[in-house]
Amino acid sequence: MKELQGASGLILNEPLLWEKGKKGRCGFSMPRRDVVPSPVDEGLAGDGPDFPDLSEVDVVRHYTRLSQWNFGVDAGMYPLGSCTMKYNPKVNEREASLPGFAGAHPLLPPELSQGALELMYRLEQYLAGITGMDAVTLQPSAGAHGELTGMLLIRAYHKSRGSHRSKIIVPDTAHGTNPASAALCDFHPVAVKSGEDGIIPAEAIAAIMDEDTAGIMITNPNTLGLFEDNIREIAEIVHSKGGLVYGDGANMNAVMGIVQMGKIGFDVMHLNLHKTFSTPHGGGGPGSGPVCVKNTLKPFLPVPRIIKEGDRYTLSGDFPETIGKLQAFYGNFGVMIKACSYIMSMGSEGLKRASQLAVLNANYIKENLKDSLYLPYDRPCMHECVFSDKFQEGEKITTLDMAKRLMDYGFHPPTIYFPLVVHGAMMIEPTETESKEDIDCFIAALKAIVAEAGKDPDLLKMAPTRPKLRRLDETAAARKPCLAG
Amino acid sequence: MRYLPHTEEDISSMLHAVGAEDMDDLFSMIPGNCKMEGDLNLPEALTEWELNTLMHGLSKKIAVSPEYKIFMGAGSYNHYIPESVSYLLGRSEFSTAYTPYQPEISQGTLQAIYEYQTLVTRLLGMEVANASMYDGASALAEAILMAARVAKRKKVALSGVIHPYYRDVVRTYLEPGDYEIVELPSLGNGRTDISGVAGMDDLAAVVIQSPNFFGCIEDLRLTGEIAHKSGSFFVLSFTEPLAYGLFKNPGCQGADIVCGEGQSLGIPQSFGGPGLGMFACRMKHVRDMPGRLVGKTTDMDGRPGFVLTLATREQHIRREKAKSNICTNNSLCALASSMYMASVGGTGIRELACLNYDKAEYLKRGLREAGFRISFDSPTFNEFVVEFGEDFNDTYKKLLEQGIVAGIPIATWYPELSGHYLLCATETMDREDMDALIKEVRS
Repeated sequence: MKELQGASGLILNEPLLWEKGKKGRCGFSMPRRDVVPSPVDEGLAGDGPDFPDLSEVDVVRHYTRLSQWNFGVDAGMYPLGSCTMKYNPKVNEREASLPGFAGAHPLLPPELSQGALELMYRLEQYLAGITGMDAVTLQPSAGAHGELTGMLLIRAYHKSRGSHRSKIIVPDTAHGTNPASAALCDFHPVAVKSGEDGIIPAEAIAAIMDEDTAGIMITNPNTLGLFEDNIREIAEIVHSKGGLVYGDGANMNAVMGIVQMGKIGFDVMHLNLHKTFSTPHGGGGPGSGPVCVKNTLKPFLPVPRIIKEGDRYTLSGDFPETIGKLQAFYGNFGVMIKACSYIMSMGSEGLKRASQLAVLNANYIKENLKDSLYLPYDRPCMHECVFSDKFQEGEKITTLDMAKRLMDYGFHPPTIYFPLVVHGAMMIEPTETESKEDIDCFIAALKAIVAEAGKDPDLLKMAPTRPKLRRLDETAAARKPCLAG
Repeated sequence: MRYLPHTEEDISSMLHAVGAEDMDDLFSMIPGNCKMEGDLNLPEALTEWELNTLMHGLSKKIAVSPEYKIFMGAGSYNHYIPESVSYLLGRSEFSTAYTPYQPEISQGTLQAIYEYQTLVTRLLGMEVANASMYDGASALAEAILMAARVAKRKKVALSGVIHPYYRDVVRTYLEPGDYEIVELPSLGNGRTDISGVAGMDDLAAVVIQSPNFFGCIEDLRLTGEIAHKSGSFFVLSFTEPLAYGLFKNPGCQGADIVCGEGQSLGIPQSFGGPGLGMFACRMKHVRDMPGRLVGKTTDMDGRPGFVLTLATREQHIRREKAKSNICTNNSLCALASSMYMASVGGTGIRELACLNYDKAEYLKRGLREAGFRISFDSPTFNEFVVEFGEDFNDTYKKLLEQGIVAGIPIATWYPELSGHYLLCATETMDREDMDALIKEVRS
């Protein structure tokens, strides 16, 4: 085993922006004034905002120091379950910042924006190919935005058939955003429990699916990292009562080139370009959440849509049954460039290989840790595995303590306390871009932490000690919110 | 493949460790009738160098400044972005991190977002701002939903000179919820006619945009008074936040919720996205606000630090009772805007805003002198509507061939304004470029 990577180093303090600088400094090269000043209506003119004045050096030092308090994928393994923190290729950043892309005005006439339209058209085709669905909209800005789009599509579909359905089935293994997205569309979410094996039993769906239910929202692979192997039967039950199946594709990284989503009964699904297709998470965004549909839902897709006529691309808003617009323009184009670059670099074989290795890495972790940590669902997993703190209960050590201690060892903690169906859950998703050596190191770190829990639990309770700050008081932050300085 | 580190030796030892024969064995639980047959329908994988060539080719098939002189705004603005901002934003400690759920190792993102929230409150004159949303249009839709939730009313008065695409997004979000949208007409001076609001009952919100789609600065104080008299929220939208470097901020004029697009503040136009949904309100409504928030606190040793807070409003705790389904902020875009605001500074932003104003006024004067009517006489910031006339289309096309985009014809959205064009001139437009446009349209 290699030396563990957590270590202490010099950390520089840095005040808040407005505690720095001096009036009269400026970090911006003011463009030459080649026009005369014009009078401004006195009733409308204000004083301007109270921003600090900083030099370019002040700004560069400030953000460089702040960045050093952060942990990113480029620093090390970031095994956040359900988030697919894979490596973000650098060439993709280069492509997105090409002047022609970065400087493109969204309302350019089509003859002046063919390159942008072609790229979006290509990406739509690729995503349709990867999922086996019929049509794609790139407009949603994130996964939850894609869910909202999907729910609006289902609503529009039922409405076009003269029916209004009030309920939607959401299993307990669904992402937290699913019920909120459904509620925004005036659907009442009906919860359904997964079985003892972590899989939704088809009978449970048959028992509640009726003609007032618009459909089901199903995450597959689910948030336990398991493949819903009753999916086709469930889809048939839902379809037989006139409902539709929404697939949350957040976990697509497990099944590229392996499962054909178009074949398993999904009518509509979203993808997360910032998970499966390697675009960086940016500390919480921007993402992109394209929605793929079967032909039945195509008439309702958001506008404008990209149309190809011969070699020419145009935008068309002429779809009378459309749900409308979700974003001011066409979606997060800058993110699409990166995802498109990734897909073109990987090709069919590369994407399939990525999914295979993601699943291999997760199973390898599961097998190596299941004697140290409690594994509630002991069966082959997909791209992530879920443990809990049950073995540590005697020592009064929680998942949170182990997660915090992992930081001292130089790893980002996994997702914790999710999914809700596992008490004290620790959800580990290594992704395919972690090498065997790094995964071995991670396994060794968790084993060491489990050993510490038995011998010296205080080490865990006091953790972390190596980052810039120790555990923060979240209760105080919420009780007396201080949200601006 | 260079992103996949596994050697054949690694793979076989790992397969052995998990008790699988081969890769296919890992997927044996997947029913046969769910499996993908054959290869994915994708082109052959490209090398890094082939990809560069292909992307370069596509990017050249888009008209951008400085080769083209593009007098377009309408929700996407060309402003200079300091190299220091792009450079700092490229630091992968920021870009390759996730949402800061583990605050001990995310203080960089957290402090930066706290600073962003603060700068936004100062720019807009509001008490609290969230960590940002998708874009200006979806932020507006969320603002209206929030107002309706708090007011417990379903009727909204929406100005007809809010960006047409923003109104489209609002309609999409509101469609399932049984809301009533009343569209307010515009006056001859380009501002919203809010006189009708006085007679409306049960209004949740009066919603306007300033500068509005025609570039005109609205009368915020009057709108606020009328909205509050009817017991409704005054929601203000914007697409050009730089205007508040020069004009009075919305907070000091009675706005209850202020939201809009922050692209102007250091974010590339990038064909319309990603942008930055800025969102601010009064402190008394903070618990009804959508989106993430960063708050100040202390660690176990009493040192100051930052955490995500008031999460009980959010979907992962409240599920279907959440205030919104939003689970993201456009964090990196918020960071870009903070870096930009910090670089330009308080003194600088005023100077830069004045320069934008003066450039557009210069263009306006030139076009007026060339014999064209400026469609609306209300004050504007860096864009305005001019009447080039019904027969201008041929000239417009001719100019496109010369590399000049003479604004945006607005008859698409306002049929009664056929022959009227929305023109924008920011600090990036040189006097010679404006002189060239004036000369060309005159001839």
